[in-house]
Amino acid sequence: MDTTIDVKSFAPNGKQNGYNGKAKMINRKIKYESELSSDFKETIAELAHGEKLYGCIQCGTCSATCPVSHYMDYTPRKIIQMVREGFRDDVLKSSTVWLCASCYSCTVECPKGIKITDVMYALKREAISAGYFPKRFPTPVLAENFFAQVLNNGRNSEGPLLMKMYMKTNPFNALKNTMLAFRLWKTGRLTLKTEHTKDRKSLKKLLGSIDKQKEALAK
Amino acid sequence: MRYLYYPGCSLKSTGKSYEESLLAVFKALKMDVVEINDWNCCGATAYMAVDETKAFAIAARNLALAEEQFNKEEEIHVIAPCSACYMVLLKTKMFLEQNLAEKGRIKNALKESGLNYEGKVKIRHPLDVLVNDIGVKEIAKAVTHPLKGVKVASYYGCQTVRPYSTFDDQREPHTMDDITAAIGAESVDWPLKTRCCGASLTGTIDRVGLPLSFMILKEASKRRADVVSTSCPLCQFNLECYQDNMNKQFRNDIHIGVVYFSQLMGLALGIDPKTLGMNRLFVPPENVYKIMKGGEKVYV
Amino acid sequence: MSNTNGNGTIKGITPRIGFYICHCGHNIAAMVDVEKVQKFVASLPGVVVSRDYKYMCSDPGQELVQKDIKELKLNRIVVASCSPLLHEHTFRRAVEKAGLNPFFFHMVNIRENVSWVTDNREQATAKANALARAAIQRVFFHKSLETKKVPINPDVLIVGGGIAGIHAALTIANAGKHVYLVEREPTIGGHMAMFDKTFPTLDCAACILTPKMSSVKNHPNITLWTYSEVEKVEGFVGNYKVNIKRKPRYVIEELCVGCMDCIDACIYKEAKYPDEFNQGLSKRKPIYIPFPQATPQVVLFDPETCIDFKSHRCKKTCIEACDRKAIDLKQVPEYKEINVGTVILATGFKTYDAEKSPQYGYKKFPNVFTSLEIERIVNASGPTNGEVLTKEGNIPKSVGIIHCVGSRDEKAHKWCSRVCCMYSLKLAHLIKEHTGAEVYNFYIDMRTPGKGYEEFYDKLMNEGVHFVRGRVAEVTDWALIPEEEHKLTIRVEDTLIGVVRRIPVDMVVLAVGMEPREDAQDIRRMFNISCSTEGFFLERHPKLAPVSTFTDGIFIAGGCQGPRDIPDSVAQAGAAAAEALSLISAGSIELEPNTASIIESFCSGCKSCIPLCPYSAISFNEGTKKAVINEALCKGCGTCVAACPSGSIIQNLFEDEQIFSEIDGLLKFAGIELEEMEVVNA
Repeated sequence: MDTTIDVKSFAPNGKQNGYNGKAKMINRKIKYESELSSDFKETIAELAHGEKLYGCIQCGTCSATCPVSHYMDYTPRKIIQMVREGFRDDVLKSSTVWLCASCYSCTVECPKGIKITDVMYALKREAISAGYFPKRFPTPVLAENFFAQVLNNGRNSEGPLLMKMYMKTNPFNALKNTMLAFRLWKTGRLTLKTEHTKDRKSLKKLLGSIDKQKEALAK
Repeated sequence: MRYLYYPGCSLKSTGKSYEESLLAVFKALKMDVVEINDWNCCGATAYMAVDETKAFAIAARNLALAEEQFNKEEEIHVIAPCSACYMVLLKTKMFLEQNLAEKGRIKNALKESGLNYEGKVKIRHPLDVLVNDIGVKEIAKAVTHPLKGVKVASYYGCQTVRPYSTFDDQREPHTMDDITAAIGAESVDWPLKTRCCGASLTGTIDRVGLPLSFMILKEASKRRADVVSTSCPLCQFNLECYQDNMNKQFRNDIHIGVVYFSQLMGLALGIDPKTLGMNRLFVPPENVYKIMKGGEKVYV
Repeated sequence: MSNTNGNGTIKGITPRIGFYICHCGHNIAAMVDVEKVQKFVASLPGVVVSRDYKYMCSDPGQELVQKDIKELKLNRIVVASCSPLLHEHTFRRAVEKAGLNPFFFHMVNIRENVSWVTDNREQATAKANALARAAIQRVFFHKSLETKKVPINPDVLIVGGGIAGIHAALTIANAGKHVYLVEREPTIGGHMAMFDKTFPTLDCAACILTPKMSSVKNHPNITLWTYSEVEKVEGFVGNYKVNIKRKPRYVIEELCVGCMDCIDACIYKEAKYPDEFNQGLSKRKPIYIPFPQATPQVVLFDPETCIDFKSHRCKKTCIEACDRKAIDLKQVPEYKEINVGTVILATGFKTYDAEKSPQYGYKKFPNVFTSLEIERIVNASGPTNGEVLTKEGNIPKSVGIIHCVGSRDEKAHKWCSRVCCMYSLKLAHLIKEHTGAEVYNFYIDMRTPGKGYEEFYDKLMNEGVHFVRGRVAEVTDWALIPEEEHKLTIRVEDTLIGVVRRIPVDMVVLAVGMEPREDAQDIRRMFNISCSTEGFFLERHPKLAPVSTFTDGIFIAGGCQGPRDIPDSVAQAGAAAAEALSLISAGSIELEPNTASIIESFCSGCKSCIPLCPYSAISFNEGTKKAVINEALCKGCGTCVAACPSGSIIQNLFEDEQIFSEIDGLLKFAGIELEEMEVVNA
């Protein structure tokens, strides 16, 4: 009985999970240790400036106090456990991190002082750098466009920002909100003009210097 | 004491009336407030999701600008009215105090762009300044048109009181209610003072965000509030501007004024509504106007 | 392994030192190169033999030392091993058996102070070398000393009359020794007297407690002082002098029989002040008795609420009603001074203030109760005569019990309070029994480690009580659906399912944890003991001396030492009683001969030492104009030694020569030489 099993043949995307082709009806859920990333928790703990997540007691206060946990595919509590146990791919592909609205309820309520919102930020950064986030999901698109806009102009311009985001994710939504945009424009609360700081060079220099220092550090 | 003022991007666009009303109130209370020269975006929540060091660097640039502008002062008080700006600037200041390696990197970068950061800046929310520096007694003294009979649901949202701010209780904040009392109005006791409005989700993933805003308004009207008072441009925007979308999505007929606490203060201080940006509201707070004119309230 | 070396004579002393370094299995040897230290010490002047051995504290280890003393004529012994707290006594005894005065022995701690606190072997070995050399140089100057014996006063003071204090008092009194039991409240009984049933047997708390309470009251060997507080403690083991204040009840205890006619006669026809015993859930009059079985059965006045204390204009109907003339409104505090040999502190605990966790709505929503309030409510003699009702007077259809309130929380208390899981199960059972309601337990982890405890949990699951694993985030009156209107809604993640639930209930019970009493620090200072970081009294050793403290003759029992339940409190009380009786039975105790004495020729008679002595051991001889230290009273604290301006006070075991040569030995490793001490290495 020493036959080695090829773990990949059991992989969840394999067709053999199916039941007459209806793969969704019966799903195989099992995790092999070899599929996990043992250093994931250290990576995230470092990125989130907190090793306190190691001390999570899985009480679920974060999930219960979270205003959007009922939309997430894994509740925040589960995410913490998955991070600790190295479920890297599942965590980075989850909708949870992108649904976090950064309201900080969990951070305030956590009885073990875990800065869960910061963990979510760390996961967002890790997901972006791993190229893992869901493609047409608006939040990462918004984040990236926002980032680019501030980099170039120093300020964010809400009108152009939202336009871009809707066009990239769901153009239908932009149409749905034309009335809203019109009313905002009419009340002087929205322009399509791009805002920017007078001195755009200084900000570029600042961010350029950060890049240079990071490169030096990497070497 | 004089203050520096950091408006942030929203107070120049969707939250324009927050700026208008706040500056008018500061002026009426004879406060010395100057805008930071050529400030840049704080980075908000989005920037942090992409690059942390850069997020702290751009926020730190504003702190450095403040120090440059008020270089003679021992302690520099910067008023940041937008919750996200307030929280981000506060977080940046704390982060730089705790992470010396990052601080060094960011100080180097600032130096290269011709700036310096010492750590003399104190980040203040207008609620903090008004209640703790000016005081409710002074505010009450300046009131010319007390909002007697107006029931206000104070809505603080998340980042005004969480997680770094210390000027108010994180679970049961009261500064906005103190101001409500000072201007002669009545606070509604309700459990959603700090419940999230949905933030950027209301605009991006409305299936998730919109119900959050809707539940807040529903509870406020259930508790017989005439108006919801806010201290954050995004909260105000979500709660007010999406009311049509909410009514469509939840087959409801919600119609409640959502204003800035500074607008209510302005009305009580006798400042004309246009100066306070009341004309920019989608849902004018009819009940407030009616009560001020001595009329009957209408509940929907 | 051993190395021998010649000797050197310093100041006329010819020391023949034996040095022994212990491996302590791997505890020391894994981090300290013991052989290197052994060889290094062998090269030091005065060292005759240097050895390393696996376990110095074992019988063969001790015999090794004894053999060397006899065969090599050693007159100084140094052992480098663990903390002196553990084995100093062992080695002193071994040395004494071999015919050497035990105070020629000195111990170096290279385990707790070296091997356990570093992961750098090289530095650990260097530090062990330095400490060993310091000890070798110190032991040069050791002298022969005699321990002193002090007699133990057989009377015992017990502070606190809860179940722990009661049990300890009865144990000692039954052994024929006299006990003073001092209780702050007007009655003994403590928290246990407030409980309805006890887990896991569900026997009635009062039925098992009140017989013990009346035994205390009637025991010829117990002096019971309730409504009294300890004010001052002086002395040391065997001989404590304690001052006690007896607060005025305005009722003569010896005359009152507890008929309560005075209470009926009070001009307040209605009781209108919150009743402390019932957690403020019912009212009492200004003259009251805490509860029907209060011990002693004596009424008392509350001067804060009695009209006569405020205006002196009351008709004093109570005085007229008392045919035994027991009421004395002019009563003043009474002060007692007693001498005891040992003390047992059983001052108890306090429950966590639920208002500090505002997310659960205590005091905000009337139907949120603490567990202690529910204990009174389900109690037949409680404010509702045992009927469980909401504030509106309805029988609740659903009740939520929230565990861990104030426990396992960095913002409140980090510790697990140990009893809440079990008492929550008990309350769940009682509430279900009284009301038939759906009862929900919200727990983080279920902790039932005790005899019959897991079985009790099993019983509750079979009774149909809901168990939801999740810490409640909030109790709110925010209704999202019609079923939640006019109810309290509990928001929690059912972590075993992974779904957030909203559960509407009529009543919420907060299982508040246990914390130290507000004045635990004052008590700690008064009795000169220590507290652990969380504020509970610190035991001498967590495993091997669980009821002793770092002050000899002071013992601790019950909730003042940490959260514990009734069986554990009683077990601890018995242990503390046994420790006290053991001292009493021995009759006397040996004390370290570390007392101070005056070198008369140096003393200038400035008297500055006299007021500094905390034990009043120093007096002034008017004839010679010199200070005199009473060795029987001196506790060896060293205050006078440090303070004497003329350096005329010396302390045994801490003489200047000993300390300076020890320092010199240490400093040599940093290349520093103390000029005055160069003689040592001559």
